[in-house]
Amino acid sequence: MPKLTIDGMEVTVEPGTSIIQAAEQLGIEIPRFCYHDKLSVPANCRMCLVEVEKSPKPVASCAMPCADGMNVFTGSPVAQKARKGVMEMLLVNHPLDCPICDQGGECDLQDQAVAYGFDRSRYREEKRAVKDKDLGPLVKTVMTRCIHCTRCVRFGEEIAGVNDIGVLGRGEHLEIGTYVAQMATSELSGNLIDVCPVGALTSKPYAFTARPWELRKVDSLDVFDAVGSNIRIDTRGGAVMRIQPRLNEDVNEEWISDKVRFSWDGLKQNRLDTPYVRTDGKLKPATWNEAFGAIADRIAGLSGQKMAAVAGDTADCEAIVALKDLMAALGCSALECRTDGAQFDTAQPAGWLFNTTIAGLEQADAILLVGTNPRLEAPLVNARIRKTWLANRIKIGLIGEQCDLNYPVKYLGAGAETLEELAAGKGAFADVLKGAKNPVIILGMGALRRADGMAIHALARKLAEAYNMLRNDWNGFNLLHTAASRTGALMLGFTGGNLDKMLSAQMLYLLDADDLPVDKIGKDTFVIYQGHHGDKAAARADVILPGAAYTEKNATYANMEGRVQTARQAMFPPGEAREDWKIIRALSEALNKTLPYDDIAQVRARLAAVHPAFAMPDQPLAAEWKPFGTEGKTDKAPFAAAVKNFYQTDSVTRASKTMADCAAAFTGSSTTAKTGT
Amino acid sequence: MSFLDQTARSFLMIELVKGFALTLKYMFKPKVTINYPFEKGPISPRFRGEHALRRYPNGEERCIACKLCEAICPAQAITIEAEPRDDGSRRTTRYDIDMTKCIYCGLCAEACPVDAIVEGPNFEFATETREELYYNKQKLLDNGDRWEAQIAANLEADAPYR
Repeated sequence: MPKLTIDGMEVTVEPGTSIIQAAEQLGIEIPRFCYHDKLSVPANCRMCLVEVEKSPKPVASCAMPCADGMNVFTGSPVAQKARKGVMEMLLVNHPLDCPICDQGGECDLQDQAVAYGFDRSRYREEKRAVKDKDLGPLVKTVMTRCIHCTRCVRFGEEIAGVNDIGVLGRGEHLEIGTYVAQMATSELSGNLIDVCPVGALTSKPYAFTARPWELRKVDSLDVFDAVGSNIRIDTRGGAVMRIQPRLNEDVNEEWISDKVRFSWDGLKQNRLDTPYVRTDGKLKPATWNEAFGAIADRIAGLSGQKMAAVAGDTADCEAIVALKDLMAALGCSALECRTDGAQFDTAQPAGWLFNTTIAGLEQADAILLVGTNPRLEAPLVNARIRKTWLANRIKIGLIGEQCDLNYPVKYLGAGAETLEELAAGKGAFADVLKGAKNPVIILGMGALRRADGMAIHALARKLAEAYNMLRNDWNGFNLLHTAASRTGALMLGFTGGNLDKMLSAQMLYLLDADDLPVDKIGKDTFVIYQGHHGDKAAARADVILPGAAYTEKNATYANMEGRVQTARQAMFPPGEAREDWKIIRALSEALNKTLPYDDIAQVRARLAAVHPAFAMPDQPLAAEWKPFGTEGKTDKAPFAAAVKNFYQTDSVTRASKTMADCAAAFTGSSTTAKTGT
Repeated sequence: MSFLDQTARSFLMIELVKGFALTLKYMFKPKVTINYPFEKGPISPRFRGEHALRRYPNGEERCIACKLCEAICPAQAITIEAEPRDDGSRRTTRYDIDMTKCIYCGLCAEACPVDAIVEGPNFEFATETREELYYNKQKLLDNGDRWEAQIAANLEADAPYR
């Protein structure tokens, strides 16, 4: 363990740590442009030069490993002078158009020019201009501002796994460009905006609309997939201006998918802002009391056996537990959260959790993907798989629909037959799994959204048991959910109903549930829709109770690992709309079944009473391994993809213009058409 | 002695004569008052009067929606909203100044990187209602068009000292 001195402070670091990282441990920030925690180190910006005793020249601290007895000065006159020189050269071709640049106010170059820049230029020649590149509807480019740190190139190659962006030319003619002028086709392309230290790559939907200093920043969570990415919502005047990732090494590191980042414009369109009641066949605006009265009238005397409740993909845990308690008070037990019709055994948590955990995937050395395309269903799980592949060149097999993943995959077969053969120990990939120390199976919804889901669930369990995936220190069985609410609802026991039968119940309560077969709802069924968007299900509803979208409520979600996380309210719901658990609480009073909680703390206490994990936030749920699934005959049909159109998967993204543009741009006739990205 | 002196002064009305003499003297001197509003006093090129948004000689508005004036305004009198114009350039869709909040400190003009928002020489913009003092972008641009010649001359006169 090398021991060195930085600015007079001694520090002992792991071998291989660079000086810049060691300084960070001491809280000393060395200016940098090209160095990024999560990317490889090219050491090409030279901004992080520091003075090292007995070294003839200043050294680049990002690329210099710490050695024993080093004496480093980060702010000495030598280092200062070197950085001033670097800054002057960087500014030679920079346009200095900060007033019209969206990065203004949060720009690394701007900040560091204040510290190391010169207040006037000695450069009298013409500045060079670079043609802007087309990176699609999300990322705006102003390439003249580029300082060639190559962070975007490395992000594309290493994290996103698309080699679309590269460096062309040399010297004065050096440019960042897309080799064949094609759009960046990654579902993580929005992260280029965060990665770029200057204003060369900025957000197109956010262009020119706000400045960083006028935004109110609120920590929240994403609900468009089951990863539970940590995000920061920036609002101004009660409207979302942009969404950015928040660092959480265990979940999303510091990336988020494009759907998370850019779908916020859908929150302003097509919103339900007042209750509606269907009178004479038409939905008419009503007051809350009228809406509750209509429900009370309709279900008076109705037996709980004839009711059903469905929790949709974006419902929060508070609303789910409130609805569960209300339905229990009404005597109804037909509850379901699997709106997509997925069939799997819900009795054992080990059967429906992502047991390995997302960060745990980095220890895996063989991965079997079954009926899933993680690139579209959970881009950040996919990024983790790619990270593991990049580090260890692990073997990855795929059973299901062929898809374009950004790491090499051995395609094994299309359906349950292949899975059966593999479970029986046949095929080349069986040897890979046998030889692996930490094998992993990731079972997707594509394999379970079918009548034989229970049998496939059991088959996957057998396979996990056969290949040493279950040890005291390792659990390699994972279910990859696609819905943010799913794990939370399963933890709360909001399941057990038969969706087909429930759809024809006398009364059907839909909580944020849009993605269910609306046309199969019975003709005489009284449908109560509680949600935030006037989407498919709202059109069929008899009473609409306007709820809050994920940005507008203090809400708890459990991600696919069973990790309980809390989102904070960033703004108020529009018009008459209210937080979801409050609506259910108010409705319970109108139905004379008043629920015993009046504020969010009491609801959360109730959550913790139903499942103790809700009292222990931010840690994955550990589940005991017990047999699950029902062994039986499997269907020969191939596994279908769970997510076909990545950009439009729920009511918010369907209302978003940006997402519609993306769907049109990226699913057109380009080479990426087959992946759906 | 002082008693005698005082009595003599009061009988001869010395103070009165002195006062009339002063009045008489100023009757033949040039007047210092001006006949406002028909005559106006001189103002400095740095005078901070009514705001105006300027244009370039080709008619293009100068303001690029950088929002520095909004950020620096100590009275928070400025409200700006912006979006890309059809040609892709950065422009305001809304530029409001609440003249009743404004303290005429001139920091907005100081902050402006393109000399778009300026405080012009006009100080005669009293209105009958408060509402008329909530200036929008159109009003500010009209002000700019009306006062451009004088504003440009003032900026030029002040340029050596900035």
